[in-house]
Amino acid sequence: MQQQFNSEKLFDWFVHALLALICIVVLYPLVFVLAASISSPDSVMRGEVWLWPKQITLIGYYRVFQNSEILTGYTNTIIYTIVGTAINLVMSVAAAFPLSRRDFYGRNLFAALMVFTMFFSGGMIPSYLLVKDLGMLNSMWALIIPGAVSVYNILIMRTFFQNGIPQEMQEAASIDGCSNLGTLVKIVLPLSMPIIAVMILFYSVGHWNAYFSALIYLTDRDQYPLQLFLREILIQGQMQEMLGVGDDTNANVVMEGEAIKYALVIVANLPIFLLYPFLQKYFAKGVMIGAIKG
Amino acid sequence: MNVSTRKKSSATVRRIKKNWDLYLLILPVMAFFIIFEYVPMYGVQIAFKDFIATKGITGSPWVGFKHFERFFESYYFWRLLKNTLGIGVYQLLIGFPVPIALALLINELRSKRISRFVQTVTYAPHFLSTVVMVGMIFIFLSPQTGIVNGLITWFRGTPIDFMTEPAWFKSIYVGSGVWQQMGWSSIIYLAALTGIDPQLHEAARVDGASRWQRIWHVNLPGIIPTIIILLILNMGSLLSVGFEKVYLMQNSLNMSSSDIISTHVYHKGIIDGQYSYSAAVGLFNSIVNFTLLVIVNRMARKVNGTSLW
Repeated sequence: MQQQFNSEKLFDWFVHALLALICIVVLYPLVFVLAASISSPDSVMRGEVWLWPKQITLIGYYRVFQNSEILTGYTNTIIYTIVGTAINLVMSVAAAFPLSRRDFYGRNLFAALMVFTMFFSGGMIPSYLLVKDLGMLNSMWALIIPGAVSVYNILIMRTFFQNGIPQEMQEAASIDGCSNLGTLVKIVLPLSMPIIAVMILFYSVGHWNAYFSALIYLTDRDQYPLQLFLREILIQGQMQEMLGVGDDTNANVVMEGEAIKYALVIVANLPIFLLYPFLQKYFAKGVMIGAIKG
Repeated sequence: MNVSTRKKSSATVRRIKKNWDLYLLILPVMAFFIIFEYVPMYGVQIAFKDFIATKGITGSPWVGFKHFERFFESYYFWRLLKNTLGIGVYQLLIGFPVPIALALLINELRSKRISRFVQTVTYAPHFLSTVVMVGMIFIFLSPQTGIVNGLITWFRGTPIDFMTEPAWFKSIYVGSGVWQQMGWSSIIYLAALTGIDPQLHEAARVDGASRWQRIWHVNLPGIIPTIIILLILNMGSLLSVGFEKVYLMQNSLNMSSSDIISTHVYHKGIIDGQYSYSAAVGLFNSIVNFTLLVIVNRMARKVNGTSLW
């Protein structure tokens, strides 16, 4: 008995130690970037910063917000995210509600047509030619319309409507003379706030982080989302313009460049990390509802 | 038409009529799928044509398998296939089991608060964009200022220029992917674990099973159906290694191990404008993926009775 108790305890220690290690590995890079973004670039370069910020300065953030292109990108991304998410949400409900109804004739056919696209697609080139033919190149619609809805999210939502909301309630409403759309607006949607929160999180993060469609469909810099500017600065290292030319020594330019990178990582993700704690209590629940099928 | 079928069809019409507003609701969604998913599938025929912009997709002349042959005979065909498959398999081998192990570990936590904390932390990187993710990889692995090379020099090693070294590309790609996605991918297994009947654990405990044995003989078998479904899905996308991240990590120096089918399609198609040729390459990719999916699905159904359809 004693021995068993000990091995139980040892097991618990093992589990906690391993998970603590995993948490550190996941969290450390994020904490480091945050610390480095408010430290003097000089001490970051010398490797003095590893956890706590040294010689706190906001030069990186200052440079980021001084840049007009970053601000343009930020504004564009906010617009794309709001408009795109709104369309995504309406389309998802419009697909998931009928599919959740057992008395909806042909629902298996509709569902099959949607699910098939998860496994087979025309690919990059035919899609590009289609968007081009529709005259959407260089417009925000190219970033929003071709991704107006995700099959996976429709399935999650449908499962929620089926299992999370008592069917009897909908039947009662219909007996009382409520139309299908009335049932949706007055009964189903008010009861679906958790799944709607999850959808808002998924879709808006998707729009916020998207760069691929902007990369292929946009050439006009005024329309670029934030991620494309991030790509130029973080990955291609193009920031001469941000640093300006002048009497700065070369070393100074390099250093400020580094500070800008750290600040940018933080600034780019700020809205998501601000939203995250509020939506978090919903999403684990929402994902799990969608995960367990039948 | 005899009486019973007439009755049946009129019942169907009545059912459709009764829910006419539901059809109205789903109409824009179906229109979306037809235009943006099925029209490109129809458009894939340009892979068998010489696409001429002024004549459009339907008007361009058929050329059969010309573009496929050109792709199969090109000197980079094997390189592309090797890299795409290599990254796909590598990712499957490392990236697939880690979330399962993580979920089993989190499931062993008794404190709800600690469990929620671990989940919150491990999910967080999922929300970083690919651009930021790759940006961070560059920051951490930079030969001059990166913290990893700082450590290497501290241990008196020579700094490695990770991003221009072809040998490192696949490991960086897979490793950073695990870092970013392991928490998120574990959600579905955690959900499956909560669905396991507690009586099974009781019975195992009565029989004297240790916790390790209960993980191995109760929890793991309990989530096998979920594991298999996800494995099938993963196998089906073995060749669709994400364009987004590879493209950002790619440079002329690591090309020999970073050139994959989807980046090739992008370069030849969107940049060079060789639409027909790239569509053929893309179609080849889709067909291989779809075939793999069908094969694995059939295998899973035979072996385990679990399948997607």
